[in-house]
Amino acid sequence: MRASDLLHPRPEGLYCPPGDFFIDPVRPVNRALITHGHSDHARSGHGSVLATQQTLDIMGLRYGEDFAGTTQAAALGERIALDGVDVSFHPAGHVLGSAQISVEHQGRRIVASGDYKRQKDATCLPFEPIRCDVFITEATFGLPVFRHPPDTEEIARLLKSAAQFPERSHLVGAYALGKAQRVMRLLRDAGYDRPLYIHGALAKLSAYYQSQGIDLGELEPATVEDGGKQDFAGAIVVGPPSAFADRWARRFPDPISCFASGWMRIRQRAKQGGVELPLIISDHADWDELTATIKETGAAEIWVTHGREEALVRWCELEGIAARPLHLVGYEDEGD
Amino acid sequence: MNRFAELLDRLVLTPSRNGKLTLLTDYFRSVEDPDRGLALAAITGDLKIAAVKPAMLRMLVTERMDPVLFGYSYDYVGDLAETVSLVWPQTPGRIANREPTLGEVVAKLQAASRSDGPKVLTGLLDSAGISARFAIIKLVTGGLRIGVSARLAKQALADFGKVDVAEIEELWHGLSPPYTVLFAWLEGKAEKPRNTAMALFRPVMLSNPVGDGDLEKLDPADYAAEWKWDGIRVQAVAEGGIRRLYSRTGDDVSGAFPDLADAMHFSAALDGELLVGDPREATGTFSDLQQRLNRKTVTPKMQQQYPAFMRCYDVLQIGAEDLRPLSFRERRGRLEAFIGTLDPSRFDLSPFVDFADWQALEDLRRAPPHPIIEGVMLKRWDSPYVAGRPKGPWFKWKRDPHTVDAVLMYAQRGHGKRSSFYSDYTFGVWSGVEGAEELVPVGKAYFGFTDEELKQIDKYVRDNTVERFGPVRSVRADRDNGLVLEVAFEGLNRSTRHKSGVAMRFPRISRLRWDKPANEADRIETLQALLDR
Repeated sequence: MRASDLLHPRPEGLYCPPGDFFIDPVRPVNRALITHGHSDHARSGHGSVLATQQTLDIMGLRYGEDFAGTTQAAALGERIALDGVDVSFHPAGHVLGSAQISVEHQGRRIVASGDYKRQKDATCLPFEPIRCDVFITEATFGLPVFRHPPDTEEIARLLKSAAQFPERSHLVGAYALGKAQRVMRLLRDAGYDRPLYIHGALAKLSAYYQSQGIDLGELEPATVEDGGKQDFAGAIVVGPPSAFADRWARRFPDPISCFASGWMRIRQRAKQGGVELPLIISDHADWDELTATIKETGAAEIWVTHGREEALVRWCELEGIAARPLHLVGYEDEGD
Repeated sequence: MNRFAELLDRLVLTPSRNGKLTLLTDYFRSVEDPDRGLALAAITGDLKIAAVKPAMLRMLVTERMDPVLFGYSYDYVGDLAETVSLVWPQTPGRIANREPTLGEVVAKLQAASRSDGPKVLTGLLDSAGISARFAIIKLVTGGLRIGVSARLAKQALADFGKVDVAEIEELWHGLSPPYTVLFAWLEGKAEKPRNTAMALFRPVMLSNPVGDGDLEKLDPADYAAEWKWDGIRVQAVAEGGIRRLYSRTGDDVSGAFPDLADAMHFSAALDGELLVGDPREATGTFSDLQQRLNRKTVTPKMQQQYPAFMRCYDVLQIGAEDLRPLSFRERRGRLEAFIGTLDPSRFDLSPFVDFADWQALEDLRRAPPHPIIEGVMLKRWDSPYVAGRPKGPWFKWKRDPHTVDAVLMYAQRGHGKRSSFYSDYTFGVWSGVEGAEELVPVGKAYFGFTDEELKQIDKYVRDNTVERFGPVRSVRADRDNGLVLEVAFEGLNRSTRHKSGVAMRFPRISRLRWDKPANEADRIETLQALLDR
């Protein structure tokens, strides 16, 4: 049996014929294994869903409790047999609840990374390298130009700017699941103890993070009460990036637009988006993390998916590791 | 080096002038000598470092990484300096305990000979992090392109030391990097530096526009009138064999006008307008003048075809005598006598415009005798020459702007207070034969409207978006749909860069024509007719 008989791409997503399940399917299927709660990986309408409890909770928050026919929580590291195929979930370090999925059959192990990062993140468990025969890696930032700086340095720049421009508000664009909470937590770890103002789209998920023991400090809704614009002078406001181009942002005094994303590494990206203070904070592995992880897994074969596959495949070739792009469609890297 | 790199990164992404000033003054305050002075020199273009060619940079990086991976990277980023700063592989074991300071980097680069330049650069890139590498590459490839003019940097110095920017401008050409004496003075730690250099710039006197009701309060007999020439304000200073032409902000522009600079056989400081042509025969139009603008080098042919001359209207110094405290009437008398001693093909006198009352002057202002005249200047006979823009002694009274009805084509999001508004507008006029008309863009404007009008246009843009490209939206604009904007502008230049062949000077939105159908907006021929006048 070839590795591609155990897992291969179908229009719905990555499919395992002997186990009859899909990993992160983009269309409704009978049986789905889900790596994490970002909307391009976790969709509603599947017959059954197997995922970590936190991922199931997050899907419930986003889609309502009846997002799937049945659900089953996978404990990290636990082996679950699905029609003779052994699957297990292992921390991926991407967002709260995120997991890699190991698929083992007849002595061959394939690990699908989902999205992952190696930088320390106080809002989720760290990535655990799993020895495997085939490693399916994401490649969102699969180019040697993507090198994420330490997140603490980025947060220090935000705090410096907030001190430099006390009459203005800083609007930090950050995706609602994961990035927003990580930014808030980083601010707290840097000693920032003023209330943080959040866009409504972040409220439920942030409350869930707090309920899971991740302290984000005092969060206030970014709504204008009686005072008006000057209420937000000197404030740090966190919201989804799309909100800042919207009329919603007009309530803030002369805002400085910030965006927390790995894409902010490229100046032109920041410029085009009208971002004044780019914060290079990513929930995906950068080039150095990708290449280090590939080596750590000891995999003899690498499948590269969503992102810039060609550079990572080239790197594997130079290192003498078999590699090929795995053409999966429908992933939009919501998480960065 | 990291603080300088961070400053560059912030400046390039900060659109607001006040924001840039805050970043610069904070930098001057928190960074020590000589680094802050070297940063200042890098920004004003006064830092001399032997340039490294892009091809050399490429070679250095592909020697140390796979060229295919470099190719993918460069294709993605699109900017060589940025790509190299990101992909540069640091050699393990050669990473220094601390990154070099700007002072150390500049010292090493300046000491490097042409042959060991690449080796020195390699060593520096090895010792620096990503941001610092980018800054180093920007320094050696020339041109920081961070949207900060020398003028803005000087304003930041003035803010930092709480002095008038005129004082900085006056001192500037006597100083050199790293400007330690200047910073010491601005911090109150030393006396103001004394200028011993020759042929220095003198801060210029500026005028105020004539406002509503201003003239009624003034007596015509107190004022002289001159044409307002639409050239470049220059100050010609020659002293002790040194000849300099300065722009109104004190930038040395002698290099661009060697023909005029060579004719400065005198010891004086003159104020006037730089124009092209031969003043004894004909003054060139603005399009002619444009041939000589924004050029680093100028060919002999160019100098012959469009010779530069100076139309003088004031004299600030003759020999050792400072004339600025004298009245305009006295200075004018001295100027008239002095002009007679100069090369008449390079220097002439700005003539007076005779007028009996304001109404007579108004008529002259509206119908000036030459296309390069943009109005009249009023100068009080008894006024001394004062730096800056005092209200009262000098007025400019411009002819009315041109207007055109154009159709909104693209809108771009603004920054800061306007970051949630589509506030920068590209507009076009009709061209092509009847039945197959097309809009061609003729300009871009982002002011002239009220806050209320901004909201209305923003709503219109959001409701009529056809396509989006990043922060830009393309707006529905055809014969039957479109928002007509009345655009006011000061003049029109020929342009080879724009499809329409014209470039507007100082365009702004003067009125929203909600009432006007898009197909009744102006045609390109209307603008072309203005060009040929």
